[in-house]
Amino acid sequence: MRDVFTSTRNGLAIPRSRVATVELAEFRAALRTRIAAGARLAAFFGSEESDGLALYAILAEDQESTLDVARTCLAESSYPSLTPDCPQAHWFERELAEQYGVTPAGHPWLKPIRFHDSWREGSRVWSGPDGGPPVVGVTDFFQVEGEEVHEVAVGPVHAGVIEPGHFRFQCHGEEVYHLEISLGYQHRGIERALCGGPHRSTLSQMETIAGDTTIGHALAYCQTIEALSGTKPPARAQFLRGIALELERLANHTGDLGALAGDVGYLPTLSFCGRIRGDFLNLTASLCGSRFGRGLVRPGGTGFDLDGREKEELLEKLTAVARDLRGAVELLWATPSVVARFENTGAVSREDARSLGFVGVAARACGVEIDVRQDHPSGIYQFAHIPVATSFYGDVNSRALVRWLEAQQSITYVTEQLGALPQGAVLTKPGPLLPDRIAVSLTEGWRGEICHAALTDADGRIARYKIVDPSFHNWFALALALRGQEISDFPLCNKSFNLSYCGHDL
Amino acid sequence: MIKTILERIRQGHRTMTWPDGPAPALPARFRGLPTIEAGRCPSGCQECAAVCPTGAIQTTAAGVEVDLGACLFCPECERACPEGAIRFSHDYRLASRTREGLRVGVHPLALAGALDEKLKRLFGRSLKLRQVSAGGCNACEADINVLGTVGWDLGRFGIQIVASPRHADGLIVTGPVTENMRLALEKTYAAVPAPKIVIATGACAISGGPFFECTEQHGGAASTVPVDLFIPGCPPHPITILDGLLRLIGRLETEGRL
Repeated sequence: MRDVFTSTRNGLAIPRSRVATVELAEFRAALRTRIAAGARLAAFFGSEESDGLALYAILAEDQESTLDVARTCLAESSYPSLTPDCPQAHWFERELAEQYGVTPAGHPWLKPIRFHDSWREGSRVWSGPDGGPPVVGVTDFFQVEGEEVHEVAVGPVHAGVIEPGHFRFQCHGEEVYHLEISLGYQHRGIERALCGGPHRSTLSQMETIAGDTTIGHALAYCQTIEALSGTKPPARAQFLRGIALELERLANHTGDLGALAGDVGYLPTLSFCGRIRGDFLNLTASLCGSRFGRGLVRPGGTGFDLDGREKEELLEKLTAVARDLRGAVELLWATPSVVARFENTGAVSREDARSLGFVGVAARACGVEIDVRQDHPSGIYQFAHIPVATSFYGDVNSRALVRWLEAQQSITYVTEQLGALPQGAVLTKPGPLLPDRIAVSLTEGWRGEICHAALTDADGRIARYKIVDPSFHNWFALALALRGQEISDFPLCNKSFNLSYCGHDL
Repeated sequence: MIKTILERIRQGHRTMTWPDGPAPALPARFRGLPTIEAGRCPSGCQECAAVCPTGAIQTTAAGVEVDLGACLFCPECERACPEGAIRFSHDYRLASRTREGLRVGVHPLALAGALDEKLKRLFGRSLKLRQVSAGGCNACEADINVLGTVGWDLGRFGIQIVASPRHADGLIVTGPVTENMRLALEKTYAAVPAPKIVIATGACAISGGPFFECTEQHGGAASTVPVDLFIPGCPPHPITILDGLLRLIGRLETEGRL
């Protein structure tokens, strides 16, 4: 069984020739067995290669810290779907069908996820109403029928300052029987733009895959490039990257805790956290000039350093902001009306979280103890460990609690690492990419696991670049959380996940 | 309840006084309006233009020109310049009423002026905007949202982000206008009662930003709707956005900082 997979680790590159090509039946059987035994599908994607359309599966073995790669080649435009046996594959197979026009036969819910035309001319799984490419939002929505059943459609443009997406609720009175989430409005074509790269705008595109996760995605990209070029970033840069990743987590978790308070009508924490989130963004800006960390993470290290005085200032400000945050957030659990609204709202079971492959806060809130920083550590996390925060009930309260626990850990971590910054340079100039390699890179963004995988061609250019934002795994968790809920709880449930539209749509 | 009140007292009142008082402190590494000393450019040097991720820099006989509408305010050109001729200043005032006005270097920035008298009378003391993200990465959106927090308190200027285009005087658009958002943007614009204005916020909404070469987008808001104000940045700092909005409605009329 073992030889179907080639083992690698986070942030390493291996020659593509080391990945065996196996028959489709063997590929499917091996995936089924390993996933049933607890492996997670970190990425599953196609790549047009000389022997046809290749399928790659990357399994994360969290206990062993390995990433196992398998490859098969499709001979026909249809293959038996993996999803009935491995539900984790459901969204990946819809993506594959959309990008390459191959049909995973027997997929229980085969619909577009981004509504773009097939990358392979003449091979479309879906057409639009006029026979052209699919039209965004026009699809075969699941419908509940019955005299007292009604449907609520929301979006793409939403009431607040948020990204676009379409939500279709099937309701019986106030109760939601089913929510279908249809995205793709933010699709900018990032994966395809990477072919033949890296290009001059590639790094900026990586920083804006999901703009609130600039550090997380830029880090995943830079680790990929460093693996493919055999570059080792200096230790000091690794520390600065870790500090920036935790500051990004702090800003976003703070914003989310405030917004959750707002969604249950508790304004003090909303007001405080709105401001405190900005304070964390300003800490990132003191590192690199940009509140979102633009320009900080660079292939080979970081674009900025901190001198002694700047480090002291950062520590001083962090201490003050941390005190404000504690005061603001602790009010949540000291206020019965807040706790009553958080508890038992939007619960997701641990079984669903495991079988559907949820990641990050959404998984940890169900007691699934996965965290790239612990399971597949890279950079600073190899040397300085950070405890994993989990909860049990998978509800809004658990997701809020995990955020607060993580925020506290991040404050301690940033403080400790700032005190332990090693001396030296912050940038090693990377050389050219090695030809015919495959590299996989994981980072734990504030939403969860970010996976980037890259294949280089014989000239050392990017032949295929796969991006998996945590939201790609987790949007379905929101749909599940809404089942049996009152529709008026949608904003609260939605905010408790706070998933990325553009990170999903790419 | 007592805990809430005590915490409220401890957190204090933190709404800034700008523009009547001083602007909030910007980080030392903040990158605002670039300054160019073309006299220091070595003959034939193309270093800054070569590293620019969006091709925002043109070197011509007249000098170096930076298109702020495409500029991501990344540090690459400043780093690449062998003579220190191009530098980002701390000047956060970047908005312009025209696309051409954003080309700086040979000409100075054409800083945004106010709406005409009729529109200023209508919108000067009350401006309701509907936000449309059309491929935005959630950074521009986040820093528009920040203006609604207690620190910035956009409401004190009579400016508000509203939940329906029917309640709005105009749109504030982010993102490069993806193919999949084009129709939604058109329809949202059509649903705003006339007279109406459009504000394009961030490099994507002005020029496509980092995605300017992607085929699934249209190179910014002006591809689809007429734009009245361009606010550069990736994303623009909240003070840059607020400065642009206040200039548009005639609440900041001088060139200098108030």
